[in-house]
Amino acid sequence: MSRSEHEVGQMAGRREGGFNQWLNKRFPLDSLLREHITEYYASKNLNWWSVFGSLAMVVLVIQIVTGIFLTMSYKPSAAEAFASVEYIMRDVNWGWLIRYMHSTGASMFFIVVYLHMFRSLIYGSYKSPRELIWIFGMFIYLALAAEAFFGYLLPWGQMSYWGAQVIVSLFGAIPVVGESLVEWIRGDYFISDITLNRFFALHVIALPLVLVGLVAVHIMALHEVGSNNPDGVEIKDKKGPDGVPLDGVAFHPYHTAKDLVAFVAFAIVFSAIIFFAPEMGGYFLEHANFEAADPLKTPEHIAPVWYFTPFYAILRAVPDKLGGVILMGSAMILLFFLPWLDRSPVKSIRYRGWMFKTAVALFVVSFFVLGFLGTQPATGAYTIMARVFTIIYFAFFLLMPIYTKLDKTKPVPERVTYHD
Amino acid sequence: MIRNVIACVLLGLPTIAFAAGGGGHIEHVDADISNEASVQRGAKYFVNYCLGCHSAQYVRYNRLAVDLELTEDQLVENLMFTGERPHDTMENAIPSTDSANWFGRTPPDLSLTARARGDDWVYSFLKSFYVDPSKPTGVNNLVLEGASMPHVLWELQGIQKAVYRTDLDAQGSPHEVFDHFELVQPGAMTPEQFDVMAQDLTTFLTYISEPAQLKRQSLGIKVILFLVVLFLFSFLYKKELWKDVH
Repeated sequence: MSRSEHEVGQMAGRREGGFNQWLNKRFPLDSLLREHITEYYASKNLNWWSVFGSLAMVVLVIQIVTGIFLTMSYKPSAAEAFASVEYIMRDVNWGWLIRYMHSTGASMFFIVVYLHMFRSLIYGSYKSPRELIWIFGMFIYLALAAEAFFGYLLPWGQMSYWGAQVIVSLFGAIPVVGESLVEWIRGDYFISDITLNRFFALHVIALPLVLVGLVAVHIMALHEVGSNNPDGVEIKDKKGPDGVPLDGVAFHPYHTAKDLVAFVAFAIVFSAIIFFAPEMGGYFLEHANFEAADPLKTPEHIAPVWYFTPFYAILRAVPDKLGGVILMGSAMILLFFLPWLDRSPVKSIRYRGWMFKTAVALFVVSFFVLGFLGTQPATGAYTIMARVFTIIYFAFFLLMPIYTKLDKTKPVPERVTYHD
Repeated sequence: MIRNVIACVLLGLPTIAFAAGGGGHIEHVDADISNEASVQRGAKYFVNYCLGCHSAQYVRYNRLAVDLELTEDQLVENLMFTGERPHDTMENAIPSTDSANWFGRTPPDLSLTARARGDDWVYSFLKSFYVDPSKPTGVNNLVLEGASMPHVLWELQGIQKAVYRTDLDAQGSPHEVFDHFELVQPGAMTPEQFDVMAQDLTTFLTYISEPAQLKRQSLGIKVILFLVVLFLFSFLYKKELWKDVH
């Protein structure tokens, strides 16, 4: 869309020859804002499920800003890391608040991202033509998992240390190169000062760069195709004479106003955790992590933070280490193939039959149960449960081409509808 | 729909459970750090009975003074005995190599013990020393079996022995389980007084494990009240803006 300079000046409501025109001749500020904000049209029937993308952006910003301030006082060395975190908690002005925002932000990032992914699942947002948005999103999820993993070592508590020890040693299960690979990752024969230093580098610069880049790509792909909606109707198919989708409203001010409401609600939950339960009963900050890392003392029970526990449960469900690693890896990788596993002609769960609905329900149950099992010691009945729910988890994906094809669908309306 | 979202968020948070490590016999304690007198008493006990061997290396004396509302004179007079300066952290008197030689291990720093183990654990630990002639210190601890720490508070608590009873386990074979403590030699304090002392010490340890606790809850109420008002306005703004969208 190219407009004459005159038009640009008019549209912005600014006098000709002003600073705005000077700027826009040199940098496409107005057209960028139009394309992505004020004239980006998203369906008017979006419900509250659609706020989690914006919220994820907000959490990313919180993490980056609080992370910068934490970096100012944190010391990435085995001798000083634990003490420097306590220094932040006690001696740095508002350090405790910044640290709790960051630690709570990590968990909230995963909650928001899991809900965002669930929204895609129920409304078929990964289906054509949005496959790439989904794939970029999955890369964001993997980068986020890596970012969280590297960050978790930094407080250098017992769980930081032994959690990293367990996860890094998983690579040792790979035949032939495994052991050398583990050594290469750690940079040492055990998790040490060297490991901490390199995880710090990866956590504060490498992965944040990757994340921000992927988020940009994710949003560019989204704005090219357009947002999905709870009906799974392509609003771009029905445009008014002005070229605006009949069922669309501008991202700003309409959707931004709605996202603002969601953001404030989110901030209330976020603050409630920070100010009243920053440890979240040992799930956001594990009790054992208030003890400094001791390479000579293995804790009784090592469990990753809650957002990894579903995958950890899958890992432990397999008696063989390599088999467990492969299965855990596939549990994440399978998600990438969702756009092609799903053979249904309709996108939204609103127009799908009982099979898909049942499958989604079972999948959600298995994710929660596996998440719980991952926090518990793997003994007796729990191991059997983990195996059963691992099978359900995988059946959801592997049988998807069959049940989505067999499932009876309802006719999809021409235009978006309101359900609530 | 919004109710579903909230329900999902709540379900997404794993159920809250507390699982501190440690064996046997854990008693519940109410460690109320807003009870300033209790924290002050705990501080006094801590410097008198614990700080000789255990450090609290992340805690600064002058921070104690501010949080416990003590003047600098009160601080120096009551809590600082070995020529520290007010901005120093609470270091112990024994060099760690010596203590490792004497006790078998260096007495751990106590800044974060209440946070790592939980206040109930600390309270129960303080109360669970019992006579055990097989140990070099003459005592053992029911909460931390084989602890190398001597019973520092024996003059106050007195000396107690553990009384066991015989129970049947799952297989039906008899085994001994702890039943109760029996005071064999009374101390300077009555058991009730000693309980209060252990509670005060626990409260102090809970406070030093996270001094920000004192501030964060009162601040949290203000922040959330502000956000609730902001929520109202943002919701009304959204409603007004969207009323023409059909």
